[in-house]
Amino acid sequence: MQREDGDMRTLQGEVIIEGRAEGQILASTEPLSFWGGYDQHTGEIIDRRHPLSGENGSGRILVLPFTRGSSTTTAILLESVRRGVAPAGIITDRADVFLALASVVADEMYEGAFPMVAVDRDLFATLRTGESARILADGRIEVA
Amino acid sequence: MVLSEFDKALLAGEEGPASQMAMRILHRMLPVFGVDRFMDVEAAHIDSTVYMGVATMEYAERLAELGAKVRVPATLNVSGVDEHGWQEWEVPEEVASNATRQMRAYEAMGCIPTWTCAPYQTDHAPSFGQQIAAGESNVIGYYNSVIGARTERYPDLLDICAAITARVPAAGLHLDEGRKGTVLLRLTNVPTALQEDDAFYPVLGHLIGRMAPDGIPVIEGMNVQPTNDQLKAVCAGGASSGAIALFHMVGVTPEAATTKDAFLGDEPPRVVEVGMDELRTSYQDLSTAQGERLDMVVLGSPHFSIDEFKALAPLVKGRRKADEVDFLVTCSRTVRMIADHVGLLEPIEAFGAKITVDTCPLTSPMLPERIKNLMTNSAKYAYYSPGLLGVDVIYGRLTDCVQSAIEGKVIREEGPWNAAGGR
Repeated sequence: MQREDGDMRTLQGEVIIEGRAEGQILASTEPLSFWGGYDQHTGEIIDRRHPLSGENGSGRILVLPFTRGSSTTTAILLESVRRGVAPAGIITDRADVFLALASVVADEMYEGAFPMVAVDRDLFATLRTGESARILADGRIEVA
Repeated sequence: MVLSEFDKALLAGEEGPASQMAMRILHRMLPVFGVDRFMDVEAAHIDSTVYMGVATMEYAERLAELGAKVRVPATLNVSGVDEHGWQEWEVPEEVASNATRQMRAYEAMGCIPTWTCAPYQTDHAPSFGQQIAAGESNVIGYYNSVIGARTERYPDLLDICAAITARVPAAGLHLDEGRKGTVLLRLTNVPTALQEDDAFYPVLGHLIGRMAPDGIPVIEGMNVQPTNDQLKAVCAGGASSGAIALFHMVGVTPEAATTKDAFLGDEPPRVVEVGMDELRTSYQDLSTAQGERLDMVVLGSPHFSIDEFKALAPLVKGRRKADEVDFLVTCSRTVRMIADHVGLLEPIEAFGAKITVDTCPLTSPMLPERIKNLMTNSAKYAYYSPGLLGVDVIYGRLTDCVQSAIEGKVIREEGPWNAAGGR
């Protein structure tokens, strides 16, 4: 579902982890492993085979279809929450257990949960790096 | 949600605060798995052991301080340090100290201190059909695909919750329907000589991870029966380039006596032919380095087995590696002990190789800065080293790695990859 309103459009997603966040979108349709893919000290995307290599995910609304590979993705994301360089919120095209768990444990350990929303693949493909996005508690995403 | 009396008791804290915390996390994750109930598991493999920083240590210590004990046998994956050998490398003292604290925490929870990413090559491997909770992507792939035990892809931090409660979401790969193939990859004109070559399997794994990153590929067209080490290489490759938690190999893996079995009697929803063109591309994609420069050879991701030591020992016996090239083999404590006992280590150490246990260079900050070009026979090392270690990699088979270390420059036998043109 997508609603256009002037320059802003609103996407309805499914709440995976409830919360609010806003920031600039960093988007790719390629899945990413955070282990070997996300620098927990800086937030830089360091998978040199990934299209976002060299970009920085800290404080961004990170848009990835799902996580690939390593089971350690969750641990890296938790470390990055503890260091304050995690994404502000994450949008996926399905419920990603690895990312969601990082938010649940971050809440348990550091009161550092970040919101996550899953959107349909068609809507997912419309999200572009550089756009501004606001994730709302009911799973709506305002993009401008 | 449909919670059992046991689940409710855990959530209410009746079994203590550690079980309560573990169940609280599982309970919050249940809807993310897309199901409404839990089921029992009989064993676990804990990847939360990997030390990634203070947060992973604090998490382990929180659980241990709350009195956590695992309810099922739980093997431990690699640590962040070779507990008794880290001083020989560049590991910062603080990392060694924290990682060791994290090791103690998981031991205090009653886990089995295997410290290996190849627990299926220990005495604690599960058996066909067992329900388990495993972390570590290559282990998940191996348990599901090669053994036919059943585990979902569990992230670090959740595997220990499953071991503490003996409960997991009743989802995905635990269930018959969740194990059905999603795509048929038909090997077409792939010569038997290549299938007999060790170099084939990491490349195949890397390729299936690329072709079906979130699927359950069914591989048809094998002319040979691969060894367990070769299948382990497929698992590690497919779980690095993709998120493959289960593949079926027709006539080889236990749930795929026939192609039909692998698709639970249905027609494959998608069929893709895989020929030499795709395999060559995958082979080339595993290397990032150009030229001959070589600083280090690393073997053993997943951890080297006794059979792999048996293959390496005669290749290096009586030889000596070039001074300027480091040569490292990573394995478990147990495998090193056995290799030593049966005389396999002596020629390998005389060759100039070092052995690291408990961990590997991907999970322990142990390599010196001067290492820029690293050669390996492992798709997993090849996939992750550029990002994690900032090095360039060269992928080659075991004999290439040994020969290159002796001559001090990259040498690869490319013959089998040039056989027979396209499909």
